[in-house]
Amino acid sequence: MTDEHEHYEAVVVGAGPGGAAAAAVLARNGVETLVLERGVEAGSKNVTGGLVYAEESAPYTVDALFPDFREEATERPVTDYYLHNVAGEKVETFDITDLHEHDTAWSDAVLRRRMDSWMADRVHEMASETGGGLLTDVRVNGLLRERGEIVGVTCDELDPIRADLVVAADGVNSELARDAGLMDWEEPEEWFQGVKAVVDVPPEIIAERFGVADDEGEAHLFSGDLFQDVRGGGFVYTNEDSLSIGSVFHLDSIVEQEAEPHQLLDNLLTHPLLADWLEGHYDEVEYSAKLVPDSKKAANPSPHEGRLLVVGDAAGQMQAQGPIIKGMNHAVSAGALAGEAFAEAKLRGKPEQAGDLYERKLRDEGVMGKLRPKGYRVASALGERDAVADLTDSLVSSSVGRLGVRLLGGAGLLEDLYSSPYLSQIVPDTQTPYVTLPTVIAEELGERVTGEADFEPKDLATRIGDLTYDTDVGNPHIELRDNSVEASGAAVTACPVSARDFGGGCYREETVKTNGSEQKRVSLDTQPCVECGTCAVVADTDWEHPRGGKGVEYKEG
Amino acid sequence: MHSVVLTKGVPDFREGQVSFDEDGHLERGATPTVMNPNDEFALQAALQTKVKQGGRVSVMSMGPPGYESVLEEAMGVYADDLYLLSDREMAAADTWSTAITLSGGIEKIAEEDGQSGEPDLVFAGFKTADGETGQTGPQTSWCLDRPIVTHVISLDVDEEAGRLRAKRLVEGDVDEIETVEAPLPAFVVTDPEFEPSYRRAEHRLRHKRLVAETEERVAEYEDHLTTWSAEDLDLDPDFIGLDGSPTIVSGVDPIPKAPSEREATTMTPDDEEGMAELLETMRPMAGGD
Repeated sequence: MTDEHEHYEAVVVGAGPGGAAAAAVLARNGVETLVLERGVEAGSKNVTGGLVYAEESAPYTVDALFPDFREEATERPVTDYYLHNVAGEKVETFDITDLHEHDTAWSDAVLRRRMDSWMADRVHEMASETGGGLLTDVRVNGLLRERGEIVGVTCDELDPIRADLVVAADGVNSELARDAGLMDWEEPEEWFQGVKAVVDVPPEIIAERFGVADDEGEAHLFSGDLFQDVRGGGFVYTNEDSLSIGSVFHLDSIVEQEAEPHQLLDNLLTHPLLADWLEGHYDEVEYSAKLVPDSKKAANPSPHEGRLLVVGDAAGQMQAQGPIIKGMNHAVSAGALAGEAFAEAKLRGKPEQAGDLYERKLRDEGVMGKLRPKGYRVASALGERDAVADLTDSLVSSSVGRLGVRLLGGAGLLEDLYSSPYLSQIVPDTQTPYVTLPTVIAEELGERVTGEADFEPKDLATRIGDLTYDTDVGNPHIELRDNSVEASGAAVTACPVSARDFGGGCYREETVKTNGSEQKRVSLDTQPCVECGTCAVVADTDWEHPRGGKGVEYKEG
Repeated sequence: MHSVVLTKGVPDFREGQVSFDEDGHLERGATPTVMNPNDEFALQAALQTKVKQGGRVSVMSMGPPGYESVLEEAMGVYADDLYLLSDREMAAADTWSTAITLSGGIEKIAEEDGQSGEPDLVFAGFKTADGETGQTGPQTSWCLDRPIVTHVISLDVDEEAGRLRAKRLVEGDVDEIETVEAPLPAFVVTDPEFEPSYRRAEHRLRHKRLVAETEERVAEYEDHLTTWSAEDLDLDPDFIGLDGSPTIVSGVDPIPKAPSEREATTMTPDDEEGMAELLETMRPMAGGD
């Protein structure tokens, strides 16, 4: 068409918390800002555990950028925070509210569809005043380059757009970060995978079973032997009239154990402790999944390249601090700092310095220090070596270890240790903290719980069937490059909407008979894809997002 | 840029809405009137022009006062002004006298607009769901003495050059897409395959704003509605309504009723015997033995 591309001062890709924060700060500084969102509505592609944190030490909090945020976009505040150590039916519960409240101004449970679309409306209003605005149903598929320099973005639904600043807030499987070489999808060790069920429960039942008032809520974490030795844990958060019940595991561990994520979730759903909470009220309304970057390993200390600034999940900014996962707050900080950096650089007449300024702000404002804590680097260098890990593990489960647990537990010291913010930052990613230690604690100190689930969790086929998809016939967004079991077999079990001996999912194993010989192959049907990106890491695929408005549409998130 | 979209109220032919009497004649009174479905594409084309070029969209219809609801529906798809040409004199018009009436309405708009002159574009949808003649649009363009482009599936207007460029779908043994240009002011008949295209963020943002504005306007659509009688339009009574209609209807065939012996049987996949019977029944239809 025309010889000249459309131009905006800033293009923000993705309308999650990172993108929204960036756009808000840019718009506030009078920068002409265009926000492009891939989903039919902001939040329709997003999933959270999830709690949103406002940290006392953070340079920006979401409610500071969006007044009324807590009143209008969140569920319940977390007023009590528990960690359950589980060994079979024995449970030892620690109150770790102190850990949760460390450096926390407030923390609310959220569901992303509601939260993100609420913010998106505000962002559109603010950005409209600068001559821009927010558009949904647009997928940015890459960077527009001129003579090797990034000068804008290319889209499926729009002609290329030039911009002085591109903020990539396009999530954990960011196409822009990959395009710029700022993220790779090579190592399963760098990722967690979360799977969640939203279960509708009337507010009066939540009040009754959790003993909370209207403006109170609880967070419960689970670790121990209920997840088949996979490293990770489970959670239950109280929303206004639903519960978010899910699990987060190290992706490499899921692959190693050939675990089926949906079954791990079922293990939690049917645990006796949940039986009391859900009795007569198991109404699962949405099943979802997402990848979570482990910032300790994946956070990019220099998430920018030319005019491109990367924020949030796309920059690996998701902090697993012991049992507490903080992501959205860091995305907000980073997004706002990116916006601030550009506004300042522009004021100085040197917009090209925005990237360097952003990196410095991330460091100076302490964001980087939280994402990649120094203590972890030292501790993990030792603790994550196989020999040491095995030794620690056997020590904990030995009679000496058990005695220690009994002594420490008796004195209430274990609970204190679990509540240490410092220790929680440096826990090594081994089986010990997730499985062995909690199991031993529960065995030695726990009490028996006797509840029994009066329901069968929904099977995978129903969960998939209940989701809304706008399938883009003729435009598959995943290509299986190597369909051998060796290269891509892990996708069959690790994909949250696939399973062994299940034909209705995304990936399945097929036996191909040729000339009397038999061979196993991995086969792909992208129809029920939940766009978590797991297969892009664990299998040999060419993975990209579906086009604007296509693919899965989360109603809860 | 000013576009006028011609629309017609037609019986709602969707299942459950339409009523017939014993002889198979349509019962107009018992059947709700809705906007002719094909006119939606004409409205979309006019909206696209408004989004890209700016300006306004007017919607015009000839019909009894009850047609206001049709215009309200049209406003829901982004019109600025509504014009209803309504008069007993106009009743029972065929396509020809309708075209004369509509062209009178368009000329009246031009007159009222004064300096800005006649509308740059007039849009009509491809044939109505009731008459199905597809004549009114072309005949109106003839009355207005405008170039006409029919079966338009995509449209670009170059206001500076005073030209439009359109792709039209030419159906035949092999469908062809033809690109044509026409000078403004012009008349455009959209094809049901018409698809608006917004490839620039600027246009999408404006589209979004217009949609939001429209929501407010629909609630008070009457404020935007102008009703004109035959006298207002200064039309010769001999050329409008029944008197102006040269078409003679030689007869009407009743719509064949669905055979009443058709019966539905509910069957579940678990009912093996039933399924076997069903398959047996279907076999000849599938071309088996």
